[in-house]
Parts: sequence; structure tokens; C-alpha cells
Amino acid sequence: MSTKLTIGKAINAGLRRSMEADPKVLIMGEDVGKLGGVFRVTDGLYKDFGADRVIDTPLAESGIIGTAIGMALRGYRPVCEIQFDGFFFPAANQTFTQLAKMRARSGGTLKMPVVLRIPYGGGIGAVEHHSESPEAYFAHTPGLRVVTVANAVDAYWMIQQAITSDDPVIFFEPKRRYYEKADVDTEPPLASAYRMDGARVARPGADITLLAYGPMVKTAIQAAEADTEHDIEVVDLRSLSPVDYATLNASVRRTGRLVITHEAPLSSGLGAEIAARVTQDCFYHLEAPVIRVAGFDTPYPPSRLEEHYLPDLDRVLDGVDRSFAF
Amino acid sequence: MPENTSHEEPDLIQLLTPEGELVEHPDYPIDLTPEEIRGLYRDLVLVRRIDTEAVALQRQGELGLWASLLGQEAAQVGSGRALRPGDMAFPSYRDHGVAWCRGVSHKSLLGLYRGVTNGGWDPAEHGFHLYTIVIGSQALHATGYAMGVQRDGAVGEDGEAVITYFGDGATSQGDTNEAFNFAAVNNAPVVFFCQNNQWAISEPLERQSRVPIYRRAAGFGFPGVRIDGNDVFASLAVTRKALQSAREGQGPTLIEAFTYRMGAHTTNDDPTRYRMSAELEEWRLKDPISRLWAYLANTGLADDAFFASIEAESEELAEQVRRDCRSLPDPRPLDIFTHTYAEPHSHLDRQRSEFADYLASFEGAGTEGGR
Repeated sequence: MSTKLTIGKAINAGLRRSMEADPKVLIMGEDVGKLGGVFRVTDGLYKDFGADRVIDTPLAESGIIGTAIGMALRGYRPVCEIQFDGFFFPAANQTFTQLAKMRARSGGTLKMPVVLRIPYGGGIGAVEHHSESPEAYFAHTPGLRVVTVANAVDAYWMIQQAITSDDPVIFFEPKRRYYEKADVDTEPPLASAYRMDGARVARPGADITLLAYGPMVKTAIQAAEADTEHDIEVVDLRSLSPVDYATLNASVRRTGRLVITHEAPLSSGLGAEIAARVTQDCFYHLEAPVIRVAGFDTPYPPSRLEEHYLPDLDRVLDGVDRSFAF
Repeated sequence: MPENTSHEEPDLIQLLTPEGELVEHPDYPIDLTPEEIRGLYRDLVLVRRIDTEAVALQRQGELGLWASLLGQEAAQVGSGRALRPGDMAFPSYRDHGVAWCRGVSHKSLLGLYRGVTNGGWDPAEHGFHLYTIVIGSQALHATGYAMGVQRDGAVGEDGEAVITYFGDGATSQGDTNEAFNFAAVNNAPVVFFCQNNQWAISEPLERQSRVPIYRRAAGFGFPGVRIDGNDVFASLAVTRKALQSAREGQGPTLIEAFTYRMGAHTTNDDPTRYRMSAELEEWRLKDPISRLWAYLANTGLADDAFFASIEAESEELAEQVRRDCRSLPDPRPLDIFTHTYAEPHSHLDRQRSEFADYLASFEGAGTEGGR
């Protein structure tokens, strides 16, 4: 059965299905209970699953992740909501020194099936600390898996896959796209869905590969459609750790060109790592250096400036032009 | 001396004086058999011996580091023996006496400090989580675990309880305070066992807290008690009661075991730079083992033959510790990759394969590399 769902509602439906399938799945976070979260992603779950499974926590991010680790050690599968990207940082210690390393230091004895849901990115006119893209910190941390979604179908399936993973998964939600709708077939069994660590060709093309993830996928597709001179292939990365180089490299070998775009600051971002890897893997296929179109190496600006900070259609196409200028 | 470092606190619970005399306490009767008391003596002597050997092994270059428990044996053994098999403990990194009580072998502890592993034992098998080095982090793990116990319906007279160990320095950490609050709000079955050994490396207690540590519990809404941390009876009785209270759904307790770190912070530390030896002499008179020895000898609960047998066992154990340490096998290079993820990760698979090829390129080229 196909249902029209927003990204937010699709995550909600995925959470519900996971909770129905496994009584060990718990929701934890600030305001996730009666309110249903500030973006309403956990709406209705408190009412249907109760306070023991949808836990309104004290307002302390380190406490949320730290107690989630304890719950996981007890056999639970906590799904923690961090209210906004910029509020993750108080939980950095528990995430980087404990959650990410627990399995390795236990010699494989322990598992950490914990999901951190983090609404991220800008474009909603928010105040400071509500528009950041911290994904590179997580992708740089061994032991974590990092994924993000660009549409409701992926949102529905990937949140469930993240929950069934025995590794900690950072699940980035593109907050400015929460209300984007798509038809989602919620019937098939989870096992038949694609793997969350695979990239996806979102729009086939022959001349150049445009790599995006999360909120930038829509911008990338719009740019591809606006460009009448070049046939742009858009690849939606989906998984930031690991990166699906098989899919990406195959695309670049076909097109010979790559532009990477993300909202996060340019330097030492995901784009830098991917450019290095693709250059190594596809050196003899490249017609031009890998071009990056990203946020600037500044703190996220006040919202009246964010349209200049965020890569938009024109800046992405400028990147495409720079590639063809070689 | 500031109030918070005074060991003359009126609220300090002591059941066995430094001279080895019993003290009656209405809330904490000592209901131990002579056999159990002799067992505690054995525990104290043997964990101190493991510790002494480990310090020596570090000096000989066999261990990279060791964090000595010297002086804190009673706090650890008493509370460790208060645990039931189904209970769960979340230690810091100096809790070798608790590890002993939970059946974690000295070999596993040595492996961690020798650098052959970052863990070393199965936490579920022993009811003893891995050592945690980032100060205070484990207090939240214990609290979350206890919240899991609640959700499993395992609270009740025969239910499960959780205990976590940390030091006076850890009480300054946000995580410890968040753990206090999460535990209180959720009424979680967890006991916070703080070994106040007076020193966080070089910083004395007055750099950590304006109030006695046990009084912090009141602000979070649960009981806090201070015990003589060098008194194994007090540690056992008070911890047992706190665990029982947690088990039965009465929520958390903070126990401040007032003790003293007789050794250095770790083998890398030099306490002569920051503390007076007179302080050490004062605490030496309160030694946890001497007082139990005096009690056993004075009451006739143990005779010379018993003490001699423990001494002989201690010698044997020391020999075993030295042998076990030197025989610990080094991990293999490719073990680096093995347990980072539970499920395949393509980056790591590729790096492992490239590194394996690199290692293989030296085969037959001698041990120097051969490039």
C-alpha cells in the first residue's frame, strides 16, 4: 500500500514499525513524549507505547547518550533524539569516547545498537546553533555509521535499518526538507529493502556527476534540471560512513567529472575526503579536478545571510561550469 | 583544615576502628560468619598483593602503566562482596579489588595495562563492566543500565541492582551530576559508590568541592552517606543496604567512602611534588588490613596458622601474577581492524586488505623490512 508521506511522517512511521517489531526499541530525548518532539517526528508514539518506551529525559544531551549506552548494554535499542544539530556537542564525550569505541575495546563482546537522530542543516531562518552540519566529525570517528536521507522513501526504510544495526548509527535528518512529500510503500518486509549504506543515482546523466546528500539532493536535482547545456547525473550519497565508492566511482568513470556539494564548511569536510578517494580510484577517467561547492569556513551566519552561505542552484551550476572549464 | 577534608565528620559510619574494635551501629548490624570475615581478610591481602606486583611489573617495563589501589582495598572489597551474582558493576580504572570480587582475573587487568587490549573481559559474564578511563562517564552507563533493569521488571526483593564506582575528582564532572539527576528522576536502582581518596592526581579535595561529597545527594533528592572507607565491614554493610534499597525500588544512594590514595595516582605520577609525607603517616595508622588483622587476632577468629596460610597463598599468587603478565601474548597486526564494527564497513575492509598486502610484501625479506 502506497501512502503519501512527508520525510518527518515517514521517519515517524518507520519508528512506529520498529517499535512494533521489537519491544526492545525505545525512544529517548527532550520533548519526545507528549509533545512528539519539536518537529513532531515522534508524534503519537508516547500515546501508543507509553512512558517506559518513549522517554522524556532531563534536558541534558550527555545524559541522554550516556544512559542510552547503559540501556544498550542491558539489551535495549535506544533511538535518541538530539533536538538540533548545534545541541549535540554536550554529548560529544559520550558519543566519541564511549559509544563509538565500546565494541572495539570489548574485543567484539559488546554491541551498541544506538541510533542518534539529529535534525541538521540550515535554510529555516533559525537562530544560532539551529542550522549546523556537523556530519564530518562523526564520519571521522571510527566505530560510528553515519547516514542521511533526502526523501520520504529513504527516511522510512533507513530509520528502520539504522535501528536494526548492531552498530551505533548517526541518522541525520534534513530539517528544511521535513515537509517534502513522496509516495511510500510501507508494506514490504524490511529485509527486502536496499541497504542503507548504498548510494543511489537520483537522476541519471552522461556528462558530469553531481554528488549530494541530505538537504542538498533536492538542490542538486533542481540544478541538473535547470542546466540545458549539460546532462548532469545526480548521486545521492545516503551513507556518509561508509561511503559507497562502488556506485560513486562507476558514475565518475562514466562521466569523467565530479562536483561535490554540501552545506557543511568546505575545508576538511566530507567533500575533501571523497575528492581524494575518487581522484585515487578514477584518476585516468577524470577530465577535470574534483570541484567542491560547500558552506564557507565560518560559523553558520545569522539567518539573514544564510542564503549566501548555503550552496544554492546557481552556486552548484557555477561548480559545474568550473569543471567544464578545464 | 577545610571542613570537607576533615575525617572527623560526625556522620562517618564506622563499624571497625583502626585499632580493630567493633562499633555497634543501629542501622548496620554486622551479620558475618567467622568464615566470611576470614574471607574478607584474604581478599584484602590478595588484592593488595596483586597491586604490589603490578606496580613492580610496571617498574620492570612489563606494564605500560598501573593505577594502584593501595589504601582503598576495604572500600572496594567490602562493596564488591555486597554485590549479588546478578548485580552489575560499572567501575572506573582503579577498582581492582572490585574486579577480584567479581571473578575478573588479574591477568585480564594486566592485559589492559600492558597494552594487549583496551578491554579484556566479558562484562556480562562477570557482572562487571569494562574499566572506564574518561572520568565519570560510567556513572551514566550504570544509570541507563539501571533504567533497563526497571523496564525488565527486575526490581523487587530479589531484583537486580547496579553499582558504579568513581572518585572524588569525578564528582566535578558533568556526566556524574547528570547521572545523579537521571537516576533520581527515574528512581533508578543504582548505587553511586564514590571512593574519596582525597586526591585527584595532584588536586586535593578542596579543589573539587565546597561541601562534603555525600551531601550532594540531598540536592538531587536521594540519600547520601559517608563511611570509613578503610573499614571493610562498613563498606560491606552500607553498600549491601543501599543495594537492597535500590533492588526494592527505593531508588539511588550515594556512598562516599572516605579513604586515602596511599600510592601515586598512577605509576607515571610523583606525589612528592604536591603532598606531605606526614599525611601519609597519619593514614597509615588507619590501614584497612591491619585493623582486620587486629580484630581477627584479638577475637581469636583466626590463628597463626590461618595468617600463615594467607601469606603463603599471597606468595604463590605473586609468582603467578609475574608469570601471567610476562606470558600475555601480543595481539597480531590485523587485530587492529577486527572489532571496530559489528557489521561490514567498506572503508575498513579496504584498509585491512591493503595493510594485509603490505605486511605480506615483507614475507621472505627478513625482519628488517627488506626495501
